[in-house]
Amino acid sequence: MSLDKDTVRKIAFLARIRVPDDALGGLAEELSNIIGWVEQLKKVDTENVEPMTSVADMTWPRRRDEVTDGGIAEDVLANAIEPEPSSEGGFFTVPKVVE
Amino acid sequence: MTALTDLTIAGAAKGLSKGDFSSEELTGAHIEAVEGSRGLNAFITETPVLALERAKASDTRRAKGEAAGPMDGIPVAVKDLFCTKGVLTTAGSHILDGFRPTYESTVSANLLDAGAVMLGKTNLDEFAMGSSNITSYYGPVKNPWRGANGKDLVPGGSSGGSAAAVAARLCPGAIGTDTGGSIRQPASFSGVVGMKPTYGRCSRWGIVAFASSLDQAGPLTRTVEDAAIMLGAMAGHDPRDSTSAPLDVPDFTAALSGGVKGLKVGIPKEYTLDGMPVEIERLWSRGIEWLKEQGAECVDVSLPHTQYALPAYYIVAPAEASSNLARYDGVRYGLRVGGETLDGMYEATRGEGFGAEVRRRVLIGTYVLSEGYYDAYYIKAQRVRTLIADDFLKAFEAVDVFLTPTTPSAAFAIGDKMDDPVAMYLNDVFTVPASMAGLPAISVPAGLDGDGLPLGLHLIAKPFDEETLFRAARGLEDAAGFDTRPPSGAGGAT
Repeated sequence: MSLDKDTVRKIAFLARIRVPDDALGGLAEELSNIIGWVEQLKKVDTENVEPMTSVADMTWPRRRDEVTDGGIAEDVLANAIEPEPSSEGGFFTVPKVVE
Repeated sequence: MTALTDLTIAGAAKGLSKGDFSSEELTGAHIEAVEGSRGLNAFITETPVLALERAKASDTRRAKGEAAGPMDGIPVAVKDLFCTKGVLTTAGSHILDGFRPTYESTVSANLLDAGAVMLGKTNLDEFAMGSSNITSYYGPVKNPWRGANGKDLVPGGSSGGSAAAVAARLCPGAIGTDTGGSIRQPASFSGVVGMKPTYGRCSRWGIVAFASSLDQAGPLTRTVEDAAIMLGAMAGHDPRDSTSAPLDVPDFTAALSGGVKGLKVGIPKEYTLDGMPVEIERLWSRGIEWLKEQGAECVDVSLPHTQYALPAYYIVAPAEASSNLARYDGVRYGLRVGGETLDGMYEATRGEGFGAEVRRRVLIGTYVLSEGYYDAYYIKAQRVRTLIADDFLKAFEAVDVFLTPTTPSAAFAIGDKMDDPVAMYLNDVFTVPASMAGLPAISVPAGLDGDGLPLGLHLIAKPFDEETLFRAARGLEDAAGFDTRPPSGAGGAT
């Protein structure tokens, strides 16, 4: 399967990565090569094979639904420093979202 | 007397306990080595002030008779993928500009609790995605070993800074992480020991996540014994990582003297590749002979799905990466590139903050998880992964460990294989299957190729049987008698 420029533009938007228009063609070719290479998996018979969900043979641990952390707003905001990213009054600041 | 920077962890621990030197002296010698070898670009951040503080604290503990164990006072380097409290943590990426975690990763905290002294944060491929250390935003690392033609070589990756630092005697041990070979492949390229424990043996908490179902922390050292000592200090159950195994940590060093007599060693025939350098085949055969001479029994086995491990990995790992790296949005930390809208800010930040290889993998991951392709790619790869793990489990009914080469070639020149991502991916062809199956594995430096470059042999053991792994690795190490010193001399201060 080869990826065209429009597909690359679409997945770049889904991934929120800006790709300049003049780079779409080259990237489409690179990604197509990789996808073409992984498609050799089609040759493997996986009929009746369960997809792996965890490599470790273990029972997932459980704990009580209790608050075990928190009250560290200063730590949480510590890396939002001037000029940007930044915080104000205990909130992170971002470009205006609601008109 | 041996130079302090030539000591192994075990040797330095002995010297410290006998009072031959202090941790402050030992640490000072290594700080000097780090500063004299900046040409290697092995470190992104050096922390000499912090290191000397911790070394003095170790000396004070020891004077009171309260030394914590063999790691107390030992200088180590930490891959810059581990969050370290108050110390810049970059993951080799522009997008984490200026990020100073307010917490310490479990593995580095365990090492600190054991008294280890951190010298600094080592360079790596961006977000641990690479086999050459070339994708780092902070520039490539040079391998302290040089080719016959004098060209600068890659140290392998992604834990290339850690491997180069240990090889160049800037530290006796370093921690790395391994997702598809990122400890073992650079260890092989740099002539050191690199060990990836069983998935779940070390906590992933506080490690910048790449592919969560594969990532594991492990040690890089100059001897198998040092790897066993260091892993003992790193491992252990951690309730903050739900995939951390609730198991006691055995005394790995106790296993070292066990010998390989009677050990059943599997030689998987699928690890012979077309076009593989004859030197690698020869080294592999020599490894088989070494183990046989010590009383091990080598048996031919088949792992029929081996060839599909790498393509399956290149679906699973990018898929998980695309999800894990979604958090880098310019809002809370690191780089922010302004935009008129929130989406515009995200796109500009991620477009500028991620390098070419990371962009490529996030896009591949996004594609294979996107609507209409999820079953065809992602679920298919997870089914193949089950087959790969089953191959090992079946074979483990008859063998205790596997012996294979670590890499299909020795270190290559900086700049090579850059225009062909798939050729670069093939570096990990022998290390990825164990990663996909979550198995413990180790690379032991075993010989040199025709150009005088180090080559490693690779052992894979059963889940949580690191003890057998170390025992077999010790057997290889004893027989190989490999001199881990790069012939150009330590430092590469060019």
